[in-house]
Amino acid sequence: MIRDITLGQYYPGDSFIHRLDPRFKIIATLVYIVALFIMVDFTSYIFTISYMAAVIIISKVPLSFIMRGMKPILLILACTFLINLFMIKGGDVLLDMGFLTVTEKGLRTAVFLATRLIMLLMVSSMLTFTTKPIMLTDGIESLLKPFKKIGVPAHELAMMMSIALRFIPTLLEETDKIMKAQLARGADFENGNIIKRAKGLIPILIPLFISAFRRADELAMAMEARCYKGGDNRTRLHSLKFTYRDLIATIVTVLMVAALVIQRILM
Amino acid sequence: MESIIRIQDVTFEYKRTGSETSAILALDGISLDIEKGSFTAIIGVNGSGKSTLAKNMNGLMLPTGGKVYVNGMDTADESGIWDVRQTIGMVFQNPDNQMVSAVVEDDIAFGPENLGVDPEEIRRRVDMSLQAVGMYDFRKKAPHMLSGGQKQRIAIAGVVAMLPECIVFDEPTAMLDPQGRREVLDIVEKLNKESGKTIVLITHFMDEVANADRIVVMDGGKIVMDGKPQEIFVRSDELKKLGLDVPFAAELACRLRQRGIDIPENIILMDELADHIKEHC
Repeated sequence: MIRDITLGQYYPGDSFIHRLDPRFKIIATLVYIVALFIMVDFTSYIFTISYMAAVIIISKVPLSFIMRGMKPILLILACTFLINLFMIKGGDVLLDMGFLTVTEKGLRTAVFLATRLIMLLMVSSMLTFTTKPIMLTDGIESLLKPFKKIGVPAHELAMMMSIALRFIPTLLEETDKIMKAQLARGADFENGNIIKRAKGLIPILIPLFISAFRRADELAMAMEARCYKGGDNRTRLHSLKFTYRDLIATIVTVLMVAALVIQRILM
Repeated sequence: MESIIRIQDVTFEYKRTGSETSAILALDGISLDIEKGSFTAIIGVNGSGKSTLAKNMNGLMLPTGGKVYVNGMDTADESGIWDVRQTIGMVFQNPDNQMVSAVVEDDIAFGPENLGVDPEEIRRRVDMSLQAVGMYDFRKKAPHMLSGGQKQRIAIAGVVAMLPECIVFDEPTAMLDPQGRREVLDIVEKLNKESGKTIVLITHFMDEVANADRIVVMDGGKIVMDGKPQEIFVRSDELKKLGLDVPFAAELACRLRQRGIDIPENIILMDELADHIKEHC
């Protein structure tokens, strides 16, 4: 069962969105997040929401899959909504329940903020849903390259991330194995108070760490044997290419942002 | 024959942490020439120094005494170390711990990428290597979805893609089930016979080395026997003293010989033995 865990929540597909250059997708995600914060009123939501809707429809990622990813923040979302709804006062009173009152301004702010949060989460999940983890690290490496001169270890960061991704399933499998081995020897992970249960993790973590260090040592040797000498003079099998698809997506994104900015100036 | 690896009077000491005086001598005056295109098996029990010797062959470890030359290049010379490692590829024991990428074909590409090969050429080499180990259909898969034998074949492909002249296998089958072992050994033999790669196979399984051109037996950091499989296998008593097993067919032939049944000493494989018995007894 532990083998079925999907990495980075990638939703396999071959859509227009899936095939976009990861560098574009990372930048577009950042731009979109900024755009969410320059929105001023309901009209600006038309732009950002329809942009997001278009991305979701084109990517063919089912809405139910996206919603499942939203679950963890439902509580935070509900809290911010309710706090804003009742605490912000201003404008006409819409609802009066004695000690709690809902005002027009309060309702507006609450809806605004909740939508903003949902969109924020959606855009970042769409990035990971439609981009393979390996492409994401390639994109990050490529984007960070210009900052190499000021000491950002772009290649090393990307290599670390891709090795981490590679070893997640291996270490999960190993954890599973160690847990079973300790259970077979009478370890108890389920009963007792929180301190007792935390202590129960020690016999899992120690073997896991020792094994991880051993693996790291062997991997380093294997990488050296395959002539790994850092990022300099290295070529790539899949070089990232900016295609007409990315051009179209860029134009659409720029138009969306431009519309937002113009609308803000006009207000 | 020209030799590709020349090991001259090599010693290797492991410093024991915490004490300055005592060190473990893993290699004790080893001299060995590996001929181009040959299939050499190095065999020995755990702690005999065979893995240390392997890591000295491509400069992963440098001898504390003596010299190792690869195609005439000294492995201790840092300027030539990447040439040495490209010439001598190496496959390790644990297939999981030698894969860097979460996608099979990206892992194969890792070596050529490090060498700075052009993307189109990398593509060609990746496809060629995957076909050579019969794993082309798995090129888009994640390594953790494969069996041990398949993973080890991917690790071999990753080395083949660097176009080495020689491949050193450091106990490649130790963690595999019998089927995985067979798959890996078939590829090792194929790389030697069909692609003309020089092979050094390090193992402690005697039955894996019957097809080698030459067997080197190590014990306590020294070479104790060196010769053709037929010459080594008849010395079964000495091998047993070293803690090594003799392949069943060789053992059987030896026992039959002791009982006065005439079986030539060059018979070491099961098929040969069966044929001989069918014809002559």
